[in-house]
Amino acid sequence: MNLPQVVQYGLSGVTVGSIYAIVAIGFNIIYSCTGIINFAQGEFLIVGAMTAISLSHFVPLPVAIAGAVLLTTLLGGLIEIVFIRPVKNASVLRLIVITIGLSIVIREAMLHLWDETVRSLPYFTGTAVSTVTILGAHVSLQVFWVLGVSAVIVTALTLFFRFTLTGRAMRACADDRMAARLCGINDRRMVTLSFMLSAGIGALAGCVISPVTQTQYDMGAPLAIKGFTVAIIGGLGNSMGAVAAGLFLGLLEALVTSQSSAYKEAVSIVVLLLILVLRPSGLFARSDVSALRTA
Amino acid sequence: MRLRIYYPVLATAALIVALHLVLASADATYYMTQVTMSAYYALVVIGLCLLMGYAGQASLGHAGFFAIGGYTSAVLTTFNLTPYSKTPLIAQCQSLGLTMQWKDLYGAEILSFTPWVAFGAALLLTGLIALVIGASVIRLKGHYLAMATLGFGLIVYRIALGTPVLGRADGVSNVPPFHLLGSLQVNGRAPFRVQNYYIAWIVVLIAMVLALNLVHSRVGRALRSIHENEEAAHSLGVNTYRYKLAVFILSAIFAAIGGVLLTHYNGSIGPSEATVMKSVRYVAIVAVGGMANLWGAMVMGILLNFLSLRGVFGSYDDTVFGGILIVMMLFAPQGLLRVPRLRALTARLSRRSHA
Repeated sequence: MNLPQVVQYGLSGVTVGSIYAIVAIGFNIIYSCTGIINFAQGEFLIVGAMTAISLSHFVPLPVAIAGAVLLTTLLGGLIEIVFIRPVKNASVLRLIVITIGLSIVIREAMLHLWDETVRSLPYFTGTAVSTVTILGAHVSLQVFWVLGVSAVIVTALTLFFRFTLTGRAMRACADDRMAARLCGINDRRMVTLSFMLSAGIGALAGCVISPVTQTQYDMGAPLAIKGFTVAIIGGLGNSMGAVAAGLFLGLLEALVTSQSSAYKEAVSIVVLLLILVLRPSGLFARSDVSALRTA
Repeated sequence: MRLRIYYPVLATAALIVALHLVLASADATYYMTQVTMSAYYALVVIGLCLLMGYAGQASLGHAGFFAIGGYTSAVLTTFNLTPYSKTPLIAQCQSLGLTMQWKDLYGAEILSFTPWVAFGAALLLTGLIALVIGASVIRLKGHYLAMATLGFGLIVYRIALGTPVLGRADGVSNVPPFHLLGSLQVNGRAPFRVQNYYIAWIVVLIAMVLALNLVHSRVGRALRSIHENEEAAHSLGVNTYRYKLAVFILSAIFAAIGGVLLTHYNGSIGPSEATVMKSVRYVAIVAVGGMANLWGAMVMGILLNFLSLRGVFGSYDDTVFGGILIVMMLFAPQGLLRVPRLRALTARLSRRSHA
């Protein structure tokens, strides 16, 4: 491989990798608050992108995307209130099975709403063929949108969890729900908020990646698997770990694709199985995180 | 006392014969075809019920084991060995009677392994794969195990979809009937309909007797103790890892038997049998049946698969099974046959009758 090819594959790896990282962070937010792995996480991206595509026929693109993110956020909250909150003293397994069911029902609902057509949002700036040249490689402008939006999401979330009262309350719930409740934090509201937050960032990620990868009703499950792999490699609940792991998996996939595209899909699954067997607490796991979660 | 657990087996056998008579008198024996297919799917559900309901371990990859069984048998019975018939290995197999000569749909002569050999190979391969996979993932808990088995299922699906000898997206067709004994054969053609209805049910009932035997034994109690509280079971001297692994392999083999027999019955198998949605469907059926309820699993396995095969759910097939998962987990985690209120009612009734 020559330098332009390396840059080309590297940038495409970083692009999908940053989307995987956002999916993984979506997993993390809900997992830290509730201990649930939300199998419907991938569906949030597709719902967001599909809604934005439909809205974009009527309103300007930025408004359509904002509307889609808002609607998906509300959907996330609704799902928590209707399907997760009523289940009292449930085993984690029971809640996971509910989210598996939800992911199927959402996917099938999308099939009936938007049929099987592959759609995509228009490129945010320029067209499908406008590129900039970096070190001899042609890079689509959308790549910078994906990277920029992902960076903004990660930064905003970090600031939110560190400096706002609500963000700190959510962290308190993640640490110890009972203690948080004793401090006067409305823990149920925090759980709802965690579902809304991860649905919202999922929808935004789905929108920015849509022009590049396009969108079809059944693309949520593969995204969820990859996002989960990334979340596990980074250590569940560790958002910076998720970013590093997302870029790692994206680059690995790009490397494999550059040799043979047939095995691209298998890469993340093999990595997932390996990591689950060898080091289920993740590569960057801190001992205190895992200690918290076993309680 | 101990024989009491087998009474429902006799009752079911009577119901099976009754159903045959009803269908025959209504001139609707064509329903038997879907009942037979459902019975083979029910085998997967019975095995999964042992693993999920009794040992408390979720698997989202059982369609993978079903497919491994089905594909192994399909390939071994259709792969034409004629070009290799002079090699010492194949010649040896021929003289041992492990191969058979038959004509396919288009009249071409085919030399292949017999279904019994393929059946044995399929179970052996499934058992080995389940051992390797299980030995590494069964230590994982809850969502980790669910994701790992899901990953396994996806890999099987990808392999089926990408391997030329497995027919890629078309799957393997033209699979010969499975001659069991004398004129008994697993064959999907209309003249064999009644015979196959009984063959499938007998296989299911044998599986039920084995499973019932297992859960009412020392092993079954150990499994339930693992389900209730794994640490406690471990501290009482139950080798939790070994029991979980054994049940994992057993349930995989149940799934593979279903896969082999259904493949010979249909005469084909395709990658759609290996999808994650199929695995989720088996989990949903175990959930409706009541998790730790073998009879519930069997009844629901037959009923729901039958309705699905008849096309009752139309284009909402997957939605129905996804919806079932949500509704069951929300309102009746003990299964349809054990809705809490119903249970309280029966308890009150039985108390009154004792008084």
